[in-house]
Amino acid sequence: MSPQAITRAEALTLAAQIAAGELSAREVTEAHLARIAEVDPLVGAFLHVDADGARAQADAVDAQRAAGEPLGPLAGVPLALKDVLVQRGIPTTCGSRILEGWRPPYDATVVTRLRAAGVVILGKANCDEFAMGSSTENSAYHPTRNPWALDRVPGGSSGGSAAAVAAHLAPLAIGTDTGGSIRQPAALTGIVGAKPTYGGVSRYGLVAFASSLDQAGPMARTVADTAALHEVIAGHDPRDATSIPQQWPGLRAAAEAGAAEGLTGMRIGVIAEHDGPGWDAQVRAVTADAIDRLQHLGAEVVTVSVPHVVHALAAYYLIAPSEASSNLARFDGMRYGLRVGGDDDSVAAVMSATRAAGFGPEVKRRIMLGTFALSTGYYEAYYRSAQQVRRLIADDFAAAFTHCDALVGPTSPLPAFPLGERIDDPLAMYLADLATLPASLAGLPAMSVPIGLTPAGAAPALPVGLQIIAAATADATMYRVAGALAADQQQQWGGLLLDRAPSLSGGRP
Amino acid sequence: MTEPVVDYAEVLTRYEPVLGLEVHVELATASKMFCGCATEFGAAPNTQTCPVCLGLPGALPVSNDTALASIVRIGLALNCTIAADSRFARKNYFYPDMPKDFQISQYDEPLCTDGWLDVPVVDPESQTDGVIRVGIERVHMEEDTGKLTHAGSTGRIHDAGYSLVDYNRSGIPLVEIVTRPITATGALAPQVARAYVTQLRDLLRALAVSDVRMEQGSLRCDVNVSLAPIGATAWGTRTETKNVNSLRSVERAVRYEMSRQAARLDAGQSIVQETRHFHEADGTTSAGRSKEQAEDYRYFPEPDLVPIQPDPAWVARLREDLPAAPHLRREQLHAEWGFTAAEMRDVVNAGAVELIAATVAAGTTPAGARKWWLGELARRATQLGVSAADLPITPAAVARIEQLVDAGTLTDTLARQVIEGVLAGEGEPDAVIAARDLQVVGGDGELGVAVDAALAAEPEVVERIRAGKHAAVGVIVGAVMKQTRGRADAARVRALVFERLGVVDEAAG
Repeated sequence: MSPQAITRAEALTLAAQIAAGELSAREVTEAHLARIAEVDPLVGAFLHVDADGARAQADAVDAQRAAGEPLGPLAGVPLALKDVLVQRGIPTTCGSRILEGWRPPYDATVVTRLRAAGVVILGKANCDEFAMGSSTENSAYHPTRNPWALDRVPGGSSGGSAAAVAAHLAPLAIGTDTGGSIRQPAALTGIVGAKPTYGGVSRYGLVAFASSLDQAGPMARTVADTAALHEVIAGHDPRDATSIPQQWPGLRAAAEAGAAEGLTGMRIGVIAEHDGPGWDAQVRAVTADAIDRLQHLGAEVVTVSVPHVVHALAAYYLIAPSEASSNLARFDGMRYGLRVGGDDDSVAAVMSATRAAGFGPEVKRRIMLGTFALSTGYYEAYYRSAQQVRRLIADDFAAAFTHCDALVGPTSPLPAFPLGERIDDPLAMYLADLATLPASLAGLPAMSVPIGLTPAGAAPALPVGLQIIAAATADATMYRVAGALAADQQQQWGGLLLDRAPSLSGGRP
Repeated sequence: MTEPVVDYAEVLTRYEPVLGLEVHVELATASKMFCGCATEFGAAPNTQTCPVCLGLPGALPVSNDTALASIVRIGLALNCTIAADSRFARKNYFYPDMPKDFQISQYDEPLCTDGWLDVPVVDPESQTDGVIRVGIERVHMEEDTGKLTHAGSTGRIHDAGYSLVDYNRSGIPLVEIVTRPITATGALAPQVARAYVTQLRDLLRALAVSDVRMEQGSLRCDVNVSLAPIGATAWGTRTETKNVNSLRSVERAVRYEMSRQAARLDAGQSIVQETRHFHEADGTTSAGRSKEQAEDYRYFPEPDLVPIQPDPAWVARLREDLPAAPHLRREQLHAEWGFTAAEMRDVVNAGAVELIAATVAAGTTPAGARKWWLGELARRATQLGVSAADLPITPAAVARIEQLVDAGTLTDTLARQVIEGVLAGEGEPDAVIAARDLQVVGGDGELGVAVDAALAAEPEVVERIRAGKHAAVGVIVGAVMKQTRGRADAARVRALVFERLGVVDEAAG
C-alpha cells in the first residue's frame, strides 16, 4: 500500500494487514506522521505529536509479530488521543494554559487499554479548554479547522480528534463527551463518533469537567472501526467507582448484523422535540432522507415525544458548571502546572493570580456559573431543580424505550459554522449542543453517523450527522442501527461520505 | 493580649453552660479512604502518596470497605441508626493542605445518626458516681487533609517565610462524631467534656478501629461552648475551640471559655460566633475565623462515588461482633484478669482498662500489663502532664517489653531504659534495645569473665566475704554492673560471686 492509501485505509484493514505481515506497524505510523507533517499545519488537530513514542510503540508491535506473539485487536493502528486524557510522561494540557508543561506521572485506564490492544498513540488532540465548548475555538493554543472547509469549525470540544480522523491524520481517535463533545464534532466533520453508556468506559485519568456526565468514546471513519475501538476501551475498572461491572463484547458483531440483516423487526422513534421550524432546513431535509432509509431497511419508524428534553439545556448548564467549579478548583498553582505570583505573595494571592491568568473566558464563565448555582440560598433553586429535571428526562427516555429500540434525530441543529461566528455569543454556542445534551443527562449511549451533505450554495456542501440513541447499556442496539445505515450508504454512494471531502494534499488515491 | 475572665465559681452563679463536642478520629486502616496508599504514622514526608491522594488531574476516589465497616461499628456502638442510603458530598474550599481544593465528606446524608453514649461522671463535691447520657447527633465519614508545617520561628502561619506540605495524611479515613448540645451540667461542664472524650476514646479503643492517640492527632477534639443567663429560655452564642489535643486540655478549654464568655456578657458585650485556638501553655483561647468570614462550602453530592447502601445483613453481623458495653466489659475483664477490687478500681481510675486489655491481647499476663501501665508508665505520664493513653507507646510495645523481662532478656532497670527510648521516639522496643545495646549480659561465660575480673581487682573484699562479711558482695556486684553498663542481672552476679568463692550465700536461704 502507498503511504497515501495507508492513511485512507480503515483501521480494521490496517490491523488485518499488520497481523498478516503485509504491512509493518512502523510503515503505517510513518505514513501518518508524514501526513500530519504535511496537513496538520492547515488543520491544527494536534497539540502535541509524540513521533518518537509512536515509532517505539509501532516497533514494539512489529517485534511482537516477528516473535510470533499474539497481537492485540488493533495492533499497530495509529490513534489521536484527546488532550484531556493523561498519558504518562506526555504533556497533557486540556487545551489550557494552566496545565502548560505538566507531564502526568500515570496513564489513564483508556490509555492502558489502548496499549494492551497494541494501538499506536500518535499524540494529543486539540480541544476546547477543559472540554468546554462546541467549536474547539476555546483551546488556549490554537483553533482547529474543519477539513471540509478550513474557514469553518470542526465542532467541539473533541474537534481535534474529529479533524484528525476526517483529515486522514489518524484512522482512530479518542474523544470525550460531556454534553455532545464526541457526537457534534463527528457530525460536523462527517465521521462516526460514539458516546458509550455512562460508566461503560473508565473515567480514571480523564481530567474531569463534569464527573456525572463525562464519558470517553471512540471516533473513526467507519461504524465497524468505531465499534472495534469501543470494544477495546470499554469495560469495568475498579479505579472508577461509577464504572459498570460488565464487559462490552458484541458491538462489532451488532454492527455487522445490522449491515447483513437490516433493521427488520426494530422499532425506531424520531424525537418530535428535535425537529421543527427552529432547526436548520437543510439539516432537516438530510435527516428526513436518512429516516426514510431506516424505513427502507425494514425498521418501523414512529414519532416519539420526549417532552422534558426542552429543559435539557437549562439543566445541563447548571449541573455541568456546578461540577466543573469543584473539579477545576485543584488548578491553584500549588502543585503542578502554571504558577503566577511572587514568593512574597500569600497563598490566596498566588492561587487567585494563577487562576486569573491560566483559565480562558469560557472556563471562568462556567466556574462562576457553577459556584453561584451551588451557593447557600441558591442550591435548591438551581442545582437541585436541575437534578430533578435530569431525573424527568431520564424517565421520559425510559418510557420511550419501553416501545422503541432506538431513537433518532439530527445530531446538531446546524452544520459546521464559520470560525468566529459564535465565539462571542455563548448562548448561540450552547445551542449547538441542543440535540446531544438529553442523552448525556440521562447517561444513555448515543452516536453520530454521517448521513449526507447540505447542498452547496453560498456555503460549501457540509456533512450532516444522524444521532442514534439507545437505552442504557444497549450500546449494541445503537451499533446495529448504525451498521445497517452504513452498509446502505456504501451501496448508494460506493464509498464513504468523507471521500467527497477536499483532500487537503492535492490529489486522491 | 489576654482577655478578661471571671472566676469560675462566680460564672456558675449567673450562667448555665451548653456544650457541644466534635471529635475527629483517624481510622487505623492499612490503606487510605479512597486509594491504596499506606497510612503508617511517621513515614518520610510525601512517600505515602499516589495520583488519587495527591488529587492529580484525572484521578478518582474509590471507597475503602474496611473504613466503612469501622464507621458502621462506631455508629452501632454509639447506639446510632445506620442509614439505608447515605452519600458522600464535596466540601469546597481552597487550602493548600487539600490537594483537590475540596474535601470528600458527608453533609445532609450522614451514615450514622441519633445515638447516645453514657458517660460516668464523678461529682467532686459529693464524691458520688453519676452517669450522664450524651446525645450523638451524627457520625460521618470523611478524608483527612495533608499536614502543613510553617517554617518560621514560632511555627505559626503569620511568621512563616514558607510552608511545607506533607500529603501522607491526605486521604486517611476520618470519622467525625458530633454530639447533640449537652445541657444542665452546671459546674460539672468541664469534667463532663473530659469524661465524654475519655469514654469515647475507650470505646474506640475497645472497637480497635483507631490508635486514638491525641498527641499524634489520631483523635482530635473541637469544643463548642455557650453561656446563657440562668433561667433564660434561649441559648447563647457559641464559640468553637479547635484541635484541643489532650484530655486535660478539653477540660481547661471549657473552663476558660466559660470564664471568658462570662466576662464579656457581664460587661454587656456580645459573644462573637467564631472558631478559637487553644493554647496549651497558659490554657487560654484566642480568636480565629469569625462566622462573617466563614466560607460557603457549596456542598453537593460527590459525583465520583456511588451512594453507600449498607446491606442490612452485613450491619447485623457487625452488630453481633461488637464488644460488650463499657460497664459490662469492665466486669467481664475484671473477672478474667483476677484483680482484686482495689486493683481494678485503680486501673479504672487511671483510664487504663483498654490499655491493659490491648496489652494482654498482645501477649502478656494481666498482672504484667498492670505493672507497667500503673507503675513506670503512669509515673512518666504524670511527669509529662498527659494521660497514660497519650504516651507515645503502644500496648504492643509494652507487651514486648514485658515478654523480654519475663524471658530474662531485660531486667526491670533495663526495661525502664527501653521505655525511655520508646517514649523519646527512638523506635519500637527491639530497635531501642539494639541501638542502646540494652540486653542483659547473658550466659555465665561473659558474666563470669566480668566477675573474675572484679574479684581479681578487689582482693581485700574477697577476703572479707570469705571471712563471713557477706554484705561486702555489694562492692563486687557494683563493679560488675559498672563493667557491663548495668546490663547484668544483679541477683545472678551475686550467685556467681558466691559460687566462685565457694561460699554459701546466707541471703539465698
